[in-house]
Amino acid sequence: MSVSSPIELVCPAGSLPALKTAIDHGADCVYLGFKDATNARNFSGLNFDPAQVREGVAYAHARKRKVLLALNTYPQTDNWSSWTQAIDRAAEYGVDAVILADPGLMAYATKTHPQLRLHLSVQGSATSYEAINWYRERFGIQRAVLPRVLSMAQVESVVANTPVEIEVFGFGGLCVMVEGRCALSAYATGESPNCNGACSPGKHVRWEDTPRGMETRLNGILIDRFAEGERAGYPTLCKGRFEVNDETYYALEEPTSLNTLELLPELARIGIRAIKIEGRQRSPAYVAQVTKVWRAALDKLNRGGAEAFSVLPAWMAELNKVSEGQSHTLGAYYRPWK
Amino acid sequence: MKLALGPLLYYWPHQSVLDFYADMAEAPLDSVYLGETVCSRRHELRLDDWLEVGKVLAAAGKEVVISSQALIESESDLKTLRRIVGQHDFRVEANDMGAVRLLAEAGVDNWIAGPTLNIFNPVTLQLMIDSGATRWAVAPEMSGAALAEVRAALAKPIETEVFAYGRLPLAHSARCFTARHFNLQKDTCEFRCLSIMDGITLRTREGAPFLTLNGVQTQSARVHNLLGDLPAVHANAEVLRISPQGAHTRQIIELFRAALDGHRSPADALAASREWMVEEPCNGFWHGRAGVEQYVAA
Repeated sequence: MSVSSPIELVCPAGSLPALKTAIDHGADCVYLGFKDATNARNFSGLNFDPAQVREGVAYAHARKRKVLLALNTYPQTDNWSSWTQAIDRAAEYGVDAVILADPGLMAYATKTHPQLRLHLSVQGSATSYEAINWYRERFGIQRAVLPRVLSMAQVESVVANTPVEIEVFGFGGLCVMVEGRCALSAYATGESPNCNGACSPGKHVRWEDTPRGMETRLNGILIDRFAEGERAGYPTLCKGRFEVNDETYYALEEPTSLNTLELLPELARIGIRAIKIEGRQRSPAYVAQVTKVWRAALDKLNRGGAEAFSVLPAWMAELNKVSEGQSHTLGAYYRPWK
Repeated sequence: MKLALGPLLYYWPHQSVLDFYADMAEAPLDSVYLGETVCSRRHELRLDDWLEVGKVLAAAGKEVVISSQALIESESDLKTLRRIVGQHDFRVEANDMGAVRLLAEAGVDNWIAGPTLNIFNPVTLQLMIDSGATRWAVAPEMSGAALAEVRAALAKPIETEVFAYGRLPLAHSARCFTARHFNLQKDTCEFRCLSIMDGITLRTREGAPFLTLNGVQTQSARVHNLLGDLPAVHANAEVLRISPQGAHTRQIIELFRAALDGHRSPADALAASREWMVEEPCNGFWHGRAGVEQYVAA
């Protein structure tokens, strides 16, 4: 593969306005899901009905951009046909690729719609080239999205040992656990990203103003408590404060966003083909802000090359404004984070 | 119904591990899963040591299985994986699609599809069977009802193993939460997991036990225990997995054996097991509910 291919910017579209905003601000691809459990952002008020998918595809294609459809949850026996019908619809609507996690569904897609381009979702938990090459050999996947667990050297080794295009997360809410291998939400609420398309779902959330402070609960389990003046965040269960050996702290992860802007030259050098921006649950304003900054950064990189690339302070300031907890991390790319 | 001992998820001192498996050689177990599945930094026993333990257990009549690491990150992880696939003494549990690829490539046709492969429907399970899987260790988050549906939809049955006892392995990360707790980095973790026999309990700010920190793995604080659900579990599985705990694993195994053999009622066995558990029981996953729940049918 050519290292000189420009990196594609893949932006989130939780709604038709967000899709148009992403494209207008320079996304090369948008990714979206249907309004049901077939994708990993199954939140009420979010996602696309059939007419909206058609309109979104038309809008993107008219501007020579691509639409990727996430069908990245795991179907079960009793709802299998909802997922295969979703694949049929994706093919019918002319999306440019489907993002899948379940091997059974990949087999269905390969057999029924051999022309349909397949991407391996981050929910597939493939962290090595051996795993990625298995999906390639069995189902002809053309791209894989890596879980947010590998160091730069490890990502480089994956890229060097597979013909599959590699996409990595560049910005947005950070899963601290290997995607597709996390049952924390299922343990606390009975609903999981794997099977229900939702982590720490809103219907299980309670905000309670108490004499001890604002308390956030998930299915009754206390996730955090905020003192007067502290900004109370959404109770994503891995980002709460807990007690371990009488010490109270963010035992798993702080509320923070991943931001790999400064790694862009290195990601280009090792042959990363696409950067994904997280946040289908976020507003069009977020999509506009983040897409604009990443477009500018990628354009600068493409024009001037890696040597001339530097991160503008204004970019970081813009991104920090929309980051979870107004802070950011390099995640697993930064060894001490581990 | 067979009883299997799952892989040791904690990091115990070398001699403690050897003593533990010497005891297990005498326990009423059919299968024993060995090997490091959680963290590649753990090296009290290396693969050769595990294979030696396996020989002792095999000589005691146990079926021995070598489990592969769930999260593969480095070339060195892959090297270990290739060695596991390349040994022919024992069956292999594949816990990652990389392992599945290597097993299929090597023409191995009797491996175990591990609980982290995310097999939730009969089509995916059939793909694994066609690639040589002859036993399916079900993801703990799958309910009994969903499991029954998968099994009913298969053309030919596959031996099925259910996670029946132990703190639930819920998530893996690149980050080590034990090192984080001690303000250390993973690369220089001082092997603080060592000797924390059942992991470190994480509590809510109300003091309720919620999760367990076990290095890069996060477990439930509660102990998933299907002793009370045995008749229903029995109808949907041929193997029950018991996950090793710091003490009294032998007593738990014997309670399961007694309940399976009809020497104790499930309810009586569950009550008796409380004395040997590190935390309150839960069984919600089996009933299609939040895993943390202890569900008793009305």
